[in-house]
Amino acid sequence: MYATNRGWERTWTGAADPTVLIDAAGADLYEPAAMSEPHASSEALFTASEQQQFDKGIAELLSHYPPDRKSAAMLPALRLLQTLKGWLPPEGMKQVAQKLHTTVEKAYEVATFYVMFHTSPPGKYTIDVCTNLSCALRGAEGLLSYLEEKLGLRAGTKNERYFLRETECLASCGTAPCFQVNEDHHENLTKAKVDQILEKLA
Amino acid sequence: MSVLTEKVMMRDWARAGQNTLSVYKQHGGYAQAKKALELSPPQIIDEVKKSQLRGRGGAGFPTGLKWSFVPSIDKNPKPRYLAINADESEPGTAKDRFILENDPHLLLEGIAIACYALNAHTCYIYSRGEFKYPSSVLDKAIADAYADGIFGKKLLGKDFELNVYQVRGAGAYICGEETALLESLEGKKGWPRLKPPFPAVVGLFGCPTVVNNVETIAALPRIFEKGAQWFSDLGLGKSGGTRLVTLSGTVNQPGTYEVAMNTTMKELIFEKEYGNGLPEGRSVKAVIPGGSSAPVLTADELDVKLEFDAFKPLQSMAGSGGIIVMDDTTCMVRCLWRVARFYAEESCGQCTPCREGQPWMTRLLRKIEEGRGTEEDLETLTNVAQAIAPWPPIGLGNTICALGDAGALPVQSFVQKFKKDFLDHISLKRCPYGDKPWGALGEFR
Ligand SMILES: Cc1cc2nc3c(=O)[nH]c(=O)nc-3n(C[C@H](O)[C@H](O)[C@H](O)COP(=O)(O)O)c2cc1C
Ligand code: SF4
Ligand code: FES
Repeated sequence: MYATNRGWERTWTGAADPTVLIDAAGADLYEPAAMSEPHASSEALFTASEQQQFDKGIAELLSHYPPDRKSAAMLPALRLLQTLKGWLPPEGMKQVAQKLHTTVEKAYEVATFYVMFHTSPPGKYTIDVCTNLSCALRGAEGLLSYLEEKLGLRAGTKNERYFLRETECLASCGTAPCFQVNEDHHENLTKAKVDQILEKLA
Repeated sequence: MSVLTEKVMMRDWARAGQNTLSVYKQHGGYAQAKKALELSPPQIIDEVKKSQLRGRGGAGFPTGLKWSFVPSIDKNPKPRYLAINADESEPGTAKDRFILENDPHLLLEGIAIACYALNAHTCYIYSRGEFKYPSSVLDKAIADAYADGIFGKKLLGKDFELNVYQVRGAGAYICGEETALLESLEGKKGWPRLKPPFPAVVGLFGCPTVVNNVETIAALPRIFEKGAQWFSDLGLGKSGGTRLVTLSGTVNQPGTYEVAMNTTMKELIFEKEYGNGLPEGRSVKAVIPGGSSAPVLTADELDVKLEFDAFKPLQSMAGSGGIIVMDDTTCMVRCLWRVARFYAEESCGQCTPCREGQPWMTRLLRKIEEGRGTEEDLETLTNVAQAIAPWPPIGLGNTICALGDAGALPVQSFVQKFKKDFLDHISLKRCPYGDKPWGALGEFR
């Protein structure tokens, strides 16, 4: 989406410093995400078994579309790549583009539009916290600051282990608040439940 | 009193194993599709028209009528497609997800009926990228339906090929908009298309395509089980059937409920079977009736029935059934800021009023919420919103898709109906609710 990853419109997490990410004039602190370093070309992207899974997976996906519409498989193909590698490395993007008879630029155009695609490696655990209205009315801002404190990480930033970010409504509005850890969904969250979930992460 | 006595859509959700093919079939599953497939496609479309089924995805458009916009095969010989909108991302909405999780074959049976009626041999179900679990249930259901010979070369044994695929999104609200959904299905970024032409004429891969919501299509087996007239009679006015709604925010029993079309908002919020009221001592301040894009209602407007047309006089909409309740200790500026930020984030960036206007409104709201705002800011705020989509009446947006309206209408309705909250922030130079802006249940415990 257009505005994704802008730093300015962050939810308040704690009343003490509500203005950190916005200056008085409401300036836009947008910084484009750094492009990832190209994969060292001497090293193969996939292991033999990954390559097999990738090739087989793409062939299956292509069979779902008209033969002259190979590039329609872009989203599922990128998802496949990300499932295998944890993110979308440039070498993989090239392979996807080749298989789908399109250009790497087109592949990046799609990959950067959708928030669930990672064009640089995320932490081991990506934690997406819904802070949208229904969740906010049930404590989502408190949940986010609780996580920030526990993980020692500001929302929107990452370290080796965690990538903590705010996300939009996850269809748990009636079972709020909620978050996803690497796409695993957890709802009706309480402090005790969050502690339990985090403890289980290896 | 109109509490729904007999559930229609949620009827079987509690049954153990309902999301498996064997249990689904044991209880009469796929018999309705078989029955429908005895009819001719135009007869099916007539039944759907007669049932007064209306789209549950947001616009409430009559489903049979939408189907009849697909040109006849001699006028346009291209393949036809059915696209199921399972992108459910309108804030406040959580219903399609539960159909996928609890009763996926109900959707698949509906797809069999719809595809036969539309002469579509391919159906893509576009499901939200974040729906890991619902998607896994659906994948299994599709695989089982193929294995059982329901889908494939011979749809339910008939000489009609039907292939059904699930395609998962990747985190973009805009892909719920039907033409953005089609772009995404074509493997592109989700940029809505200019309309006309409408998808029924030029849709997926340039072919006639019908886009319908999950709940809409899942209602079809019920229509053919008990008849179009029965379904129509269940409803009210021009809205047939029952509805799934999601009740959230400051109520004692939030959740996803099935309601009759003549259930009122008040009943939904206060009846024991549903929301069971607000926490002790609190009263309703505001209710968003149809997902966060629907203009907000005040406590005086809660006698409205939950039927599609009933919201028109209030210049709001039934939308996606996401109903969000805010109590009398909730900060309207803070709530609106959160809604505005969503639309700013999710704007696809294609048209200027939406791309620039939504973030502008968000920044102004933040400024007001933080006590830095002036009355001029408030005026600018409503001017920007007016420029994106004038209101009232609803539906006058100046942008390519309705996301423009979706962001502008909440701003206008909140400011108009809760002006005092905004002016208090400006005169006090702080949020009157201090560090507790989210109402009675806003604390994380
Ligand atoms: C910005 C935007 C987002 C939308 N999101 C959804 C959605 O998540 N799910 C949905 O079913 N319809 C959504 N819609 C409505 C669809 O465009 C479309 O009207 C609907 O899928 C048609 O199905 P129906 O006639 O069965 O309701 C959205 C519309 C807009 C403008
Ligand atoms: S209104 Fe907004 S979301 Fe819709 S096409 Fe225009 S910029 Fe994109
Ligand atoms: S608002 Fe958080 S899940 Fe809907």
